[in-house]
Amino acid sequence: MSAAIDTLRLTAEDASGLLEGGEVSGDELAGAYVEAIEARDPELHAYLHVVGERGEGVPIAHKDVITTKGIPTTAGSKILVGYTPQFDSTVAARCKAAGLPIIGKTNLDEFAMGSSTENSAFGPTKNPWDPERVPGGSSGGSAAAVAGGLAPWALGTDTGGSVKQPAALCGVVGLRPTYGTVSRYGIVAFASSLDQVGPLTKTVRDNARLYALIAGRDPADSTTVELPEPVAIPESEDLKGLRIGVPREMNAAEGIDPGVSESVNAAIRLAEELGAEVEETSLPRSVDYGLACYYLVAPAEASSNLARYDGVRYGHRAEADELTALYSRTRWEGFGAEPKRRILLGTYALSAGYYDAYYGQAQKVRTVIAREHAAVFERFDLIVSPTSPTVAFRIGEKAENPLAMYLSDLLTIPANMAGLPGLSIPCGLSEGLPVGLQLIGPQFSENTLFRAGHALERAIGFDYVPERLRA
Amino acid sequence: MPEWEPIIGLEIHVQLKTRTKMFCRCENVWGEEPNTRTCPVCLAHPGTLPVPNRKAIEWTVKLGLALDCEIASRALFHRKNYFYPDLPKGYQISQYDVPLASGGRFLVPGPDGDREIGIVRAHLEEDAAKTVHVGGAGGRIHGADYSLVDFNRGGTPLVEIVTQPDVRSGEEARSFLTLLRQTVVELGISDAEMEKGSLRCDANVSVREVGEPGYRTKTELKNMNSFKFVADAIAAEIERQIGAYEAGDEVVQQTLHFDPQKGTIQALRSKEEAHDYRYFPEPDLVAVEPPPEMVDAARAEIGELPAARIRRLEAEVGFDLSYDLVASGRDELYARVPGDDRRAVANVLMNQLAAAGVDAAAVDGDELGKLIEARDRIPRQAFLDAVAASGDADFAAERYLGESVVADASELDPVIDAILAANPGQVEAYRGGKEGLLGFFVGQVMKETQGKADARVVNERLREKLSV
Amino acid sequence: MAIGKDDVLHVAELARLEIPEGEVEGVQEQLGAILEAVGKVSELDLSDVEPMTHPLDLVNVWAEDETAPSLTQEEALANAPDAHDGSFRVPAVGG
Repeated sequence: MSAAIDTLRLTAEDASGLLEGGEVSGDELAGAYVEAIEARDPELHAYLHVVGERGEGVPIAHKDVITTKGIPTTAGSKILVGYTPQFDSTVAARCKAAGLPIIGKTNLDEFAMGSSTENSAFGPTKNPWDPERVPGGSSGGSAAAVAGGLAPWALGTDTGGSVKQPAALCGVVGLRPTYGTVSRYGIVAFASSLDQVGPLTKTVRDNARLYALIAGRDPADSTTVELPEPVAIPESEDLKGLRIGVPREMNAAEGIDPGVSESVNAAIRLAEELGAEVEETSLPRSVDYGLACYYLVAPAEASSNLARYDGVRYGHRAEADELTALYSRTRWEGFGAEPKRRILLGTYALSAGYYDAYYGQAQKVRTVIAREHAAVFERFDLIVSPTSPTVAFRIGEKAENPLAMYLSDLLTIPANMAGLPGLSIPCGLSEGLPVGLQLIGPQFSENTLFRAGHALERAIGFDYVPERLRA
Repeated sequence: MPEWEPIIGLEIHVQLKTRTKMFCRCENVWGEEPNTRTCPVCLAHPGTLPVPNRKAIEWTVKLGLALDCEIASRALFHRKNYFYPDLPKGYQISQYDVPLASGGRFLVPGPDGDREIGIVRAHLEEDAAKTVHVGGAGGRIHGADYSLVDFNRGGTPLVEIVTQPDVRSGEEARSFLTLLRQTVVELGISDAEMEKGSLRCDANVSVREVGEPGYRTKTELKNMNSFKFVADAIAAEIERQIGAYEAGDEVVQQTLHFDPQKGTIQALRSKEEAHDYRYFPEPDLVAVEPPPEMVDAARAEIGELPAARIRRLEAEVGFDLSYDLVASGRDELYARVPGDDRRAVANVLMNQLAAAGVDAAAVDGDELGKLIEARDRIPRQAFLDAVAASGDADFAAERYLGESVVADASELDPVIDAILAANPGQVEAYRGGKEGLLGFFVGQVMKETQGKADARVVNERLREKLSV
Repeated sequence: MAIGKDDVLHVAELARLEIPEGEVEGVQEQLGAILEAVGKVSELDLSDVEPMTHPLDLVNVWAEDETAPSLTQEEALANAPDAHDGSFRVPAVGG
């Protein structure tokens, strides 16, 4: 019976075991999540659309930028209301082929632009640890669904930190994979050179399993590659031989909560105890210029990627008897404040006379950031830092101040600009709220991240069930 | 009055006839029901991504080589951003500062030597969709009630060729286009039909006084859908600009449309909007580095170019026939037709064979050669019938060579006399000075003899009898 | 770096966003603040650095010229706000 299934605690791996052992049926398992959603989602609002598919595999939730055939996909925007895709994104197709039924589509910041899920056109998602607080973003719905027991695992997307940061704020595991290892085909585009799909899970092992399922070259996405080695589900509980760098600027940056630093430092000490060689290092320019670089590159690409929402082929369309007015009204009405802000910023950064100073210069800064990281990875297998400078903040706290909100991604952005993979695992609590530890490696080092993440996860012993929801 | 020098640069778009579109695998085909060759990619549904067509890249390299261009060792696709209903993504994937081919030249032979037209670049991009403007006047977008968009054409591979401002007249532009079209067709990469829009041409036109340094304001001519219109529109625009300067007026930079019915040029009424395409490297695509084996294979497929062939044949048949043979592609058959009188062979190919609409590729050169050799010994009509049939699979000249010409005056005289007697009015007129009527009498005799009369003898006899 | 009102209106026109009259100033202020922050990238002298256009150094990724099925006309138009005669209908330019 589904009453026996504790969705708050059940990992995907456990669920898979129950299915394989015949202890629960696929229907019962999927039903348990729908029941949990009925019970808790009215408060959390993690889902935009509950599908409740039944199937033989472990059910999954998809962030609503992941195109699903026949199931509305809104990107959290009014401009896509009424749009029903006629195709599956590659990741949705791979999940489908593996027998994973879709629980539903999760809430997000509109077009994945934001760090709190408050920018959704359909209302914010609440953090399962404290419904007064944000779950982070933009994959806040997916993170909250996993943390709140409304999905065993979920997919999100990460452009500037949109998987890692909500994973940190909700106390779950989030992977932003190496750029190019997961197909973007069917992912509503925000910034093409940065967008990546990543899994949000309760454990590192679940994360590795889901990553193994979605990763690999896709002929429909010219920017994908085959993994150089198969995904290894982590087993080892020590970190012997691993060289870990602690970038000074990322661990002592202005604005990092003392409680966050404390948890992260404790985790770093644990890593040493597990056999890792830990040493301080430095990424001065990456941290200093990363945010500015990101807020030029991403909006510039977004301004172009969002040009297709014009009211002609799908989605919202304003009343107008003249073409230019049709475009300008449709887009002003259909987009929320943040997409409009970024479209304007990006258009400006690309426009005649400003390209070299803004977009062109930002692309060069990207080269500098990539080189700086490459140099660090000559000496280290991994670097670590807090994922987010703060724990989950209050709903409304930063909503009126875009620049303050942008600082939430200060520590996740540099590695993203360099195309590097990053894993966030919960490493403790501060003020009763989860703190995320960010592990970053060179390109294609996911197996190292999983190994280190798994060993630390065991050693830390973090309880991913939100305190207020524990039985 | 000063002497004026026209300065013309051309921008040519060639649609490639690949099986599929440039960035998706929808069929690339013309004339189907609207919106039946589309998919989420070419409709720009959210999340879709372009995947380039290898063949289109290969063919652009081939065309670039035929235009004597340098092939880029590393080329990029860029996004060209602007809003229009025929552009579903809000940007066109094109090439910007690193096109596949650049810095070439194309020779246009003339009676007085070759003209070399510089090629700035040849780049690969995707075509826009087709928009039909409904209602209002004239089918133009301005003043229409609404427009209908058909995305079948959207995403067709398109090569844009930009020339240096080296063209000096409308006729020269026409000649350039004719030979460029023939080249593209021979390369097997496009139908290049202006009527269908698979070949399109815009022209930038300005004039200056001979010897004047620098360039004056240019205008852009669009919407010229035949070679003749290109020549006529450019000529008309040159005349208009010279007229303006000589009247003390200025030429303003603008886009002009040619009206082929009226032969006039009209300015496009458009809201003045500064174009700012915000080009940036297309992040959904990776760089193209044409592999040496692709370039070598493309080079190996390029035959002798039209300009060289025109010069080679000129010695045998003179410039005009040589140009026509090559420009029509009939020089291939010409080379397969034996015969000592090369001009006669060329003339038959360009006149009788062309008039009969025979596919030159299907003709057996040896058989046609026999026919041309015997053309004075067989009746005119039999010759024409034979030429018309020369493309048939089972064509044999032998069948027609048996027919003989009636050259005996004693046989022809009674026929001629009867015709003259039946047309006293025309006889009177001829004798009154209307000598052009001779053709009428010859025609009557040919008709009466079913084309078997020897035209030379008929002419002689007629003249003699009419001069009496 | 500050941004003028004309620049805001020009960029809005390029981006096809009709900013209501009363909101232009607010947009101008926000953009100005963000531009000042991101303008930080110009502090670095990067004249000898190549721009990074792509995180991976991939080349020559393409597909063979083989057709795949298209949508039917009904499917193509299924999401269209205004379909007419098998096509997508839009109002004319200039009204």
